[in-house]
Amino acid sequence: MATTPPLRHQVIRIYKELLFLGRDYPLGYDYYRTRLHKAFASQRQLTNDEDIKKGIARAEFVKKEIEALYYLKRYRTLRQRYDVT
Amino acid sequence: MSGLRVLVPIKRVLDYTLKPRINAAQTAVENSALKHSMNPFDELSIEEAVRLRERKVPIDEITVFTAGPPKSQDMLRTAMALGADKGIHVRIEKGPELEPLGVAKLLKKVVEEQKSDLVILGKQSIDDDAGQTGQMLAGLLGWPQATQASKVEITDKTVTVIKEVDGGVETVKANLPMIITTDLRLNEPRYASLPNIMKAKKKPLEKKTLEDYGLDVEPRLKTIKVTEPPPRKGGVKVDDVDGMIGKLKELGAL
Repeated sequence: MATTPPLRHQVIRIYKELLFLGRDYPLGYDYYRTRLHKAFASQRQLTNDEDIKKGIARAEFVKKEIEALYYLKRYRTLRQRYDVT
Repeated sequence: MSGLRVLVPIKRVLDYTLKPRINAAQTAVENSALKHSMNPFDELSIEEAVRLRERKVPIDEITVFTAGPPKSQDMLRTAMALGADKGIHVRIEKGPELEPLGVAKLLKKVVEEQKSDLVILGKQSIDDDAGQTGQMLAGLLGWPQATQASKVEITDKTVTVIKEVDGGVETVKANLPMIITTDLRLNEPRYASLPNIMKAKKKPLEKKTLEDYGLDVEPRLKTIKVTEPPPRKGGVKVDDVDGMIGKLKELGAL
């Protein structure tokens, strides 16, 4: 494509945000990064704007899921340490 | 009416996912070159301060405070990325960590300096588990305190806090100024997002030393020995009910 499509920035932004989240991933950053990269690369053929928007929405959803995963993991560990007697 | 000034003291601790190791001399927990993060209970306190503001409680300023090695600054930045407005860092280069009483004395000075009306602390830090700082600070300031909060509501100058106590909850009410310590179920801390971390780098951060506050924080406690908990003894498998009853009798449980 000749011009930079505006969606490209959004895709890069969410990719960076997800990469950043990966720094705390329980299975390690390397595991996380390769998988994240693969997930994005598998969608590279998308050209239709609607499809790309859907992809971004999915990425946002995954981001929320990962945040929730971190929260729950910490909550459960702490509860086990301090609450359950 | 001017808004509240909230102070949230935080601590940099060994990350909760790590298993602490004791050093060879059995005097302390090994902590060099290991991952550190903010004390989880302190994250709850920041989140609560930010949520109070989002619930339209008039809050002028949320100040985060920490005392510790230079790297503690990162924790202040994280706190500011979560929504605090400014940070104060008291640098402690080396030597023993501050004790709860030392921290409480220091916090008293900070509260007076910052004219705070509300201090929200984590109920305990996950490294020494002393759980004393909030209470000591309340004592030193002569303020009301609500510990182990699981719900906080502020209307005008009255604060209603639901506290978690053994086998139930307790509701207390007090007027500002006040000390609150947070429990695990108070809220769900958000995750510091990348753009917010970038923005937090521009927020003001004051650097101070203990001398600025003119405090004597000589340690009063001496750590004699640090040991691991005894390893769990393996269980036994029994073949049938009779075997189990026999075993229980043997152990004196029946």
